[in-house]
Amino acid sequence: MLEVRGLGIRDLVRDVSFEIGAGERVGLIGESGSGKSLTALSVMGLLPEELTASGSIRLDGRELLGVSEKDMSRLRGNELAMVFQEPMTALNPAMRVGRQVAEPIRIHGTHREPRKAAEELLDSVGLPGTSRAYPHQLSGGQRQRVVLAIALANNPKLLICDEPTTALDVTVQAQILGLIRTRLAERSALLFITHDLAVVAEVCERVLVMLDGELVEAGTTREVLTAPKHEYTRELLAASDLEARR
Amino acid sequence: MAARPRNTGLVVGLVLVGLVVLAALVSFLWTPHDPVKVDAAHRLLGPGGANLFGTDKFGRDVVSQLMVGARTTLYVGVVAVGIAAVIGTPLGILAAMTPRWLGEFVMRVNDLVLAFPALLLAIMFGAVFGADTLTAMVAIGIATIPSFARIARSGALQILSSEFVLAARSAGRSRLTIAVRHVVPNISGLLIVQASVSFAIAVLAEAALSFLGFGTRPPTPSWGRMLQESQELLTSYPRLALVPGLAIAVAVLGFNLLGDGLRDRLDPRLAARL
Repeated sequence: MLEVRGLGIRDLVRDVSFEIGAGERVGLIGESGSGKSLTALSVMGLLPEELTASGSIRLDGRELLGVSEKDMSRLRGNELAMVFQEPMTALNPAMRVGRQVAEPIRIHGTHREPRKAAEELLDSVGLPGTSRAYPHQLSGGQRQRVVLAIALANNPKLLICDEPTTALDVTVQAQILGLIRTRLAERSALLFITHDLAVVAEVCERVLVMLDGELVEAGTTREVLTAPKHEYTRELLAASDLEARR
Repeated sequence: MAARPRNTGLVVGLVLVGLVVLAALVSFLWTPHDPVKVDAAHRLLGPGGANLFGTDKFGRDVVSQLMVGARTTLYVGVVAVGIAAVIGTPLGILAAMTPRWLGEFVMRVNDLVLAFPALLLAIMFGAVFGADTLTAMVAIGIATIPSFARIARSGALQILSSEFVLAARSAGRSRLTIAVRHVVPNISGLLIVQASVSFAIAVLAEAALSFLGFGTRPPTPSWGRMLQESQELLTSYPRLALVPGLAIAVAVLGFNLLGDGLRDRLDPRLAARL
């Protein structure tokens, strides 16, 4: 469904290739600066102005690289959606939560009553009756649920989560992960960026490992976490407390 | 949000501005005397009696002139700030959204206009188009555009680099709607503060222009011209200069305090932190 071939962004990301099938949950791990986020942003077509991606990114066979901003914004929020790391800054502080959730529905005209649909979405992420609240009235976890509701509004084919739980405490993390697993449609694909191996083990079926802009290992979660082939993955495993938790 | 911190500045500013607005509004319905009626028999009367602040060298009532003059002051302020905000804000936001070189170019032109003294521009305008209230308003307005453009651009740049704009784009929002729905509401606090401060500057500029004879034409009362007419009597009748001078000071102080107070109240992020 998503097919990335020879993706390069300057020397920050080099020759990255992977595929994600419909309904597949894939983790992308690696340390800060390894190019995980840039890879995700290039799929969304949201790279910073001064960076351009080379190679090929296809969604259901359609090339996404080099597509005009206008055509890209037709896909974003509809077939592609993204959850950002920092729930404190991912919402417009001057706009009521309900309106922000209704935005992607209104933009893509996917529901006749965006306002009502937004309230149902907020219900489904466990925030009933909050549509008239401003972001600053909600906690970090609640805001991240709002961000998730926005991302899930149009049942995207591919949901990208860029470290969605990093800024949250552990109990709230579990709630958000639970929501992602239960609310994401069966056929939707997930690209989950994180550096938390425990989260990967919980959510993902397959794992990609990035180091210094290159994909160094790929395989099922079980393979990668139990029998890592690459030196870096082994170090990553050793550094994590995954063993202790299992 | 528990008890808000006391905002004395805002209250004082509101009272002072309210005083000026009230005087202007009442002057439409009633003034103690005809503000423009020359009355040689009652010239240079002292304060008290039928004329609260006395009369000027033509026998006109000072209070009545002051009230009608408030109208001129507010009129000039509103139109000048309106021109500046309506042109300057979109210009600044556009400069923030266009490619960097174009934005930089727009801002350098902006700096050029900013460096040009507002009063000089107004005097030039007066010389070319004839000196009256309208040319003064337009000139002050044009001279104020750069400060709005500058504020709007720096605010917009900050908002545009925030994650929620990225999130809005990832939801499929076009750039124009992002400007209208995400950027403008988030910099409105900045703009209102700027409007208030610019208003104070415009009031001062109008007074200065009228004082120099490039602003409001006689016989329409204006605080600046009241000052000018009292200049020759400064030593013998200082109150004639003092009263309009105080009125100008009250208006300027009022709008400045209002601007500062509003900034603390209006910014949703600041308000959330307080």
